[in-house]
Amino acid sequence: MGRTVPLKVAVNGESHESEVPARRLLVHYLRDDLGLTGTHVGCDTSNCGACTCLVDGESVKSCTVLAVQCDGAQITTIEGMSGDDGALHPLQEGFWANHGLQCGYCTPGMIMAAADLLARRTGDGPITEQEVRKGLEGNLCRCTGYENIVKAVQAAAEASRGVIA
Amino acid sequence: MSIIEAPVGHSVGQALRRKEDPRLITGRAIYVDDIVLPGMLYAAIVRSTEAHANIVSIDGSAALECPGVKGFYTGEDMSDLLAPLPMAWAPPGVEIKTPERWPLARGHVAHVGDAVAMVIGDDRYAVVDAAQHVDVEYEPLPVVVDVEEALKDEILVHESLGTNKAHEWSMGGGGDIEQALADSEVVIERRIVNHRTAGAAIEPRGCIAEYRAGGLTVWSSTQVPHLLRLFYAVQMGISEDRVRVIAPEVGGGFGGKLQITAEETLCAWASKQLGWPVKWIETRSENMAVSHHGRDQVDYVRMGATRDGRITAFHANIIQDLGAYFGLLTPMIPELGAFVMTGCYKIPVVQTDITGVLTNKFFTDAIRGAGRPEMTHMLEVTIDQLADELGMDPVEVRRKNFIPEADFPYETPYGITYDSGNYEAALDRALEMVDMDAFRAEQAQLRSQGILRGIGFSTYTEICGLAPSRAVGPSGFGLGIGLYESALVRVHPTGSVTVYTGASPHGQGHETGFAQIVADRFGIDPAIVAVVHGDTETGPMGLGTYGSRSLSIGGVACAHAAEKIAAKCREIVAHNLEADVGDIELRNGKFSLRGDPDQGMTLAEVAGCAYIDATKMPEGMELGLEQTLIYDPSNFVFPFGTHVCVVDVDPETGKVSVVRWVAVDDCGPAVNPMLIDGQVHGGVTHGIGQALYEQIVYDERGQLITGTFLDYALPTAEEVPNFETDRTETKSPSNSLGVKGIGEAGTIAATPAVVNAVIDALRHEGISYIDMPLTPMRVWQALEEARGRGDGPRASEQGVSLPPQGEGSAGSGPTIPEGGES
Repeated sequence: MGRTVPLKVAVNGESHESEVPARRLLVHYLRDDLGLTGTHVGCDTSNCGACTCLVDGESVKSCTVLAVQCDGAQITTIEGMSGDDGALHPLQEGFWANHGLQCGYCTPGMIMAAADLLARRTGDGPITEQEVRKGLEGNLCRCTGYENIVKAVQAAAEASRGVIA
Repeated sequence: MSIIEAPVGHSVGQALRRKEDPRLITGRAIYVDDIVLPGMLYAAIVRSTEAHANIVSIDGSAALECPGVKGFYTGEDMSDLLAPLPMAWAPPGVEIKTPERWPLARGHVAHVGDAVAMVIGDDRYAVVDAAQHVDVEYEPLPVVVDVEEALKDEILVHESLGTNKAHEWSMGGGGDIEQALADSEVVIERRIVNHRTAGAAIEPRGCIAEYRAGGLTVWSSTQVPHLLRLFYAVQMGISEDRVRVIAPEVGGGFGGKLQITAEETLCAWASKQLGWPVKWIETRSENMAVSHHGRDQVDYVRMGATRDGRITAFHANIIQDLGAYFGLLTPMIPELGAFVMTGCYKIPVVQTDITGVLTNKFFTDAIRGAGRPEMTHMLEVTIDQLADELGMDPVEVRRKNFIPEADFPYETPYGITYDSGNYEAALDRALEMVDMDAFRAEQAQLRSQGILRGIGFSTYTEICGLAPSRAVGPSGFGLGIGLYESALVRVHPTGSVTVYTGASPHGQGHETGFAQIVADRFGIDPAIVAVVHGDTETGPMGLGTYGSRSLSIGGVACAHAAEKIAAKCREIVAHNLEADVGDIELRNGKFSLRGDPDQGMTLAEVAGCAYIDATKMPEGMELGLEQTLIYDPSNFVFPFGTHVCVVDVDPETGKVSVVRWVAVDDCGPAVNPMLIDGQVHGGVTHGIGQALYEQIVYDERGQLITGTFLDYALPTAEEVPNFETDRTETKSPSNSLGVKGIGEAGTIAATPAVVNAVIDALRHEGISYIDMPLTPMRVWQALEEARGRGDGPRASEQGVSLPPQGEGSAGSGPTIPEGGES
């Protein structure tokens, strides 16, 4: 198994301390060690984005990051997006309401990438279709043709602004 | 709160939110790689690095010494298997030379990625490490990659077969094709390459097999769990009742999981050897190499017509690259396309000649559309070529040849009966949405600014709803099994309902659509109708999801089963109200007395009689409310429509951008229009992908060049537009819901619309045709040649110079022109 190294991270607000093999990928640490299987592996080459999660608030493709590189980090996965009461995040609501998913495999990564996109956005006005398309070009979907994903993100952005989507 | 808001009893036709989504958007869905079993081991597969070789020796001793390794196996170890991997098409009277395919190679490999050995161990990473230590010695053999080269039989993929020509299949109708072409005033001839592509579901394949106490349970990312169970029983000699196959959440299929795969057998067999569950999860590199590919034809077409644009004859000579072995349906795929050779048109004389050819590549099989995209592509592209030759508007050529609405049901020259159609209405609606006059004005204006804009049409019909069992089964078309579908509808004592379907969705939304169908038959909210699928232990034999069949067969099965229960409900209510059963109607959520709706019973109240208080049941009536039903359709269904693509071509770089898409589809009455739009969006995007970006490329040594998503370009959000969709509704007389299918329509319609649009943009430059994929390099090269600069440097794809137009090979990427450089 090779050398192990200590790792301390907070995932979805919960602290975890463990020894992990130095070469363990973040995505396998989340899935196999913590049981957070909502983060998916789709391509192994950071093209598809199914494995996207947030590390210290920034979207990261967890199939090409070592777990140990995240020592000391705050990590958010899809499982951490809903409220403690189970209330859906506006992005989750947006994807549901706009049929932004079919098989659902790319969806957690899409939602996490979109969360980063919306958080980094500085403009005041409604987010445009082109902004969303450009912002999500690192996430592949084979089912939806993207249109409804774009609408889902736009709806979430509006809901977050307190405007009725 | 109900997750669904619709008037009770009238949910069909409503764009209800999906019942599937809450688990999917919160990361709570369970795909196969999410499942962990006690003692579970992992498999890694050693794959051939050679495209064609004899295996001299395999040494796994170093692998067996690696930490955590529990087993190492080669093909020789698996001699107890009772059958090779299946190919399920045996058409009466047609000889098909079928190469035997075993889960692990037996002395000979015929494509890169051929499975040679398997390592089993207790850690996902450790087995991959150990597999690196397996030493395989190969004796390389000559390789043939190009399908037309393979046809010469100078290099044989399987020496034992004596030829690469696996099968020939011909169908003609309406008269002698040569005579009809000779009598035609105009004949168009084209060579059209429909290149090799990948299904590329974002979830790769994967499975876990657990052999325990004489029984086998397999979790697999499959579209066909029941077929898999049937095959396990045959191959491993396990009684079918002891085999359970579960398709958990499946992350997309697109035909790529309509397969009985080597890896599923490997896991099952290894679990039996070792006594522990064995998991195999495909990497994307494996997925690109050894999940079956699609398309890959060279098509020689001839179309005859009168000078005024009436099509008189159409001939297709299809050279199908089958790859090195056969999957479940490999040689059958082009034949499926042949059934819609006449498309939407009255073409009096047609002929399809198909030659299946073996090459040293992975096998092709059903990918979204399966044969129908290829056929639609050659037909719709050729019609534009004909229109150009005649100086006619391609829309008018189409309209002139449409089968008129009054002629349905329409029997084609091949004896296929199109169920219903109104092609003019779909075309008219699309033209209304497009506004051609405005488009042509805009096109001219943009051209003056150096932007080349073009428009392309595709008016398609397709054959789906696979399939009437008598027509396609062993004594008919020759499939190994009929393609009926099952439903079990069970009303619970409190009045909620569970539906078990033999269809096996992987994103389509059956849990919502089928719930809507069943709910309306009981006057209840679809929120209390659960749809269970993908588990051979819970429902009756089913055939799975592919071929746009789920709604028109599986959905109809659900409707019929629910209707039988509803009829029983009416009898129970009539008994309790002391009324005539003919006076009981379903109204506002109650089975109530006609004319006096206050007198009635809800489904829950009826269920109370049937399960709880037997004294309220009519004398002699069986207790319970449950119905199992197998529905076998009387005919296929034939969706149709018009798709319009608008592109911009950058004359400096050759880059094509799709700027607008109008789609008018007709799949009969909508059960859930939101789901239909979703299928159209995804289907069209799949087609745009093939037309512009995606291509599986092998080099001349049979090495796969496009082995990851770094090299195989799926469309991203930036490469597709929003889609302007609308529908016309023409009922199918083939089933009681009047429904057709929509899962593949977009993909079938899309590629010719893109190609026709690009040619429309470039025709004034003297370019009349370019083969897909219309990459910037290909378009730029065509522009260079058209502008008399073709002698300059050639564009290249995947590091290989592009051949002149008309000499490209299918599926092997660009061949190196003679004297050219790589």
